[in-house]
Amino acid sequence: MIHLSCSAKVRILWFLLLTVGAAVMVYPLLWLIGATFRSNSELFASAGIFPLHPVFDGWRRAFSDYGGQINLMRALRNTYLIVIPKVVLTLISVTLTAYGFARFQFRGKRLLTALLFSTVFLPQTVLYVPQFMLFHRLGWIDSPAYLPLIVPAAFAGDAVLVIMLMQFFRGIPKAYDEAAALDGCNSLQTLWYVLVPILRPALVSVSILQLLWTFNDYMGPLLYVRTPARYPFSVFVKLSMDADSGFAWNRVLAVCCMAMLPQIILYFVMQRFSAPETGGVKE
Amino acid sequence: MTGHKKRRLHILYILPWLAGFLLFRAAPMLYSLVCGFTDFHLFRGITETGLMNYERILTGYESLRAIWLTLKFAFLCVPLKLGAALLTAVLLSKPVRGIRTFRTLYYLPSILGSSVAAAVLWKAMFRDRGLINGILSALHLPVVSWLSEQNPALWVIILLRVWEFGAPMLLFLTALQEIPQELYDAATLDGADGLRRFFRITLPMISPVVFYNTVLAFCAALQEFSAPFVITEGGPRGGTTLISLLLYRSAFTANEMGYACALAWVLFLLSAAISAFFLLLRRKLVFFADEEGTL
Repeated sequence: MIHLSCSAKVRILWFLLLTVGAAVMVYPLLWLIGATFRSNSELFASAGIFPLHPVFDGWRRAFSDYGGQINLMRALRNTYLIVIPKVVLTLISVTLTAYGFARFQFRGKRLLTALLFSTVFLPQTVLYVPQFMLFHRLGWIDSPAYLPLIVPAAFAGDAVLVIMLMQFFRGIPKAYDEAAALDGCNSLQTLWYVLVPILRPALVSVSILQLLWTFNDYMGPLLYVRTPARYPFSVFVKLSMDADSGFAWNRVLAVCCMAMLPQIILYFVMQRFSAPETGGVKE
Repeated sequence: MTGHKKRRLHILYILPWLAGFLLFRAAPMLYSLVCGFTDFHLFRGITETGLMNYERILTGYESLRAIWLTLKFAFLCVPLKLGAALLTAVLLSKPVRGIRTFRTLYYLPSILGSSVAAAVLWKAMFRDRGLINGILSALHLPVVSWLSEQNPALWVIILLRVWEFGAPMLLFLTALQEIPQELYDAATLDGADGLRRFFRITLPMISPVVFYNTVLAFCAALQEFSAPFVITEGGPRGGTTLISLLLYRSAFTANEMGYACALAWVLFLLSAAISAFFLLLRRKLVFFADEEGTL
């Protein structure tokens, strides 16, 4: 027998507890990956992670067409047609707004700050019906450029991101701004040449969060995208489940896997390059 | 320094946000308030105005059940989720080998958030001949038809959201790491045991984050949509038709915009009432902690 001190025993117990917990947390994801390589007849037959007789027809069929109009790659492309402009517009609008709130005094600032914070707690669900009617009147429903999904991002629509960036602005000493002003920068030049380079990690966080949310967003495309050929990935996942569940779960789960992959990769990218402790701002 | 005229121009920086706020939030909110007092139908237009939508919500079986289910869902989901998040954060705040790996693994599910993919995975797990029942029958335990009975179906959705506790966990963890070690050392000298240290030091010190997480989690839970929509489609027999689902169907299947707007306002008021309650409670408790803190 090896004799352990009391604190070492506690530490081992702690470690075991954490390991069991982590296994439970990750098991569904690992099972999902394994299940995509099973045949449909043995998919639910065992709870193990590794398939006994790996087959690839789930993955192969995941890439084939659904009803001729939409397939996985096209849905992925559609998603990026929304994501890329949205992230770019978000970066610009959120940076300007956070800069304004964090660095300057103007009339009505207290009221406006209160409004900004209140929007975080305003359930988006409340807005779907009236926003839908607004976009309907503007003729933006099913627009090929995804206007209802993208345009609000140009107006710093995600208040959480503004607030997050404001905290980072506050973390930069005002001495930087003053030095830049002495060198003859106006406030916009100060932002661009001095503050944005310092904020780069925070801006990476903002982009990745917006990317993840847009990738995950289901209600928006459900309301505003009507033509199957324009469906983004989130709607495509639901479509593939409705079309196949009960018959080809390995295909459905392969599509699911493809939906989760970019998010998980991005998370690791974010951990590497972005500002720390910003991963948990919003779900 | 900057002149008065120049200073005024700085409001230009927030102008895009303000315009967006008025156009995409404030105006729609007001519009839906007005619309809620009409029977506006997307194709028939308005024929009547008055309180009938609110009357229908407060007396109708369908709407009252949706409100009840939403509250039940939120009040079961939020404590379980935050409880799991806090417990894990406490476990992870101790120096253990491989702590970064553990943190990543526990956080991983919450990346999926409200995505459809996570909901589809859950459906594959909890369907009648799915993974969970497979495990149960292998262990010779009775299988449960999770998705075709009302109570289990709601629990399946709760479980999905509890599984994604990573986001509040990270916030708890950051707060825990900011508690000065001296406080614990002093308490240990005074003979306080682990549990007492947790309730006397840890919990008060992280109380701002507790409140923040609670309000945010309630806001998210009250507007839960994708999980019941994908996993159960609101069923079985309406057992998971939360307010957001009823709202979606009223507006976009039945085209009853007026009724849907009124439902949206009920959801908004519920959410605001719960947030206000916790903000007031927070003010009280923080004041309390301040008094005790000056020993």
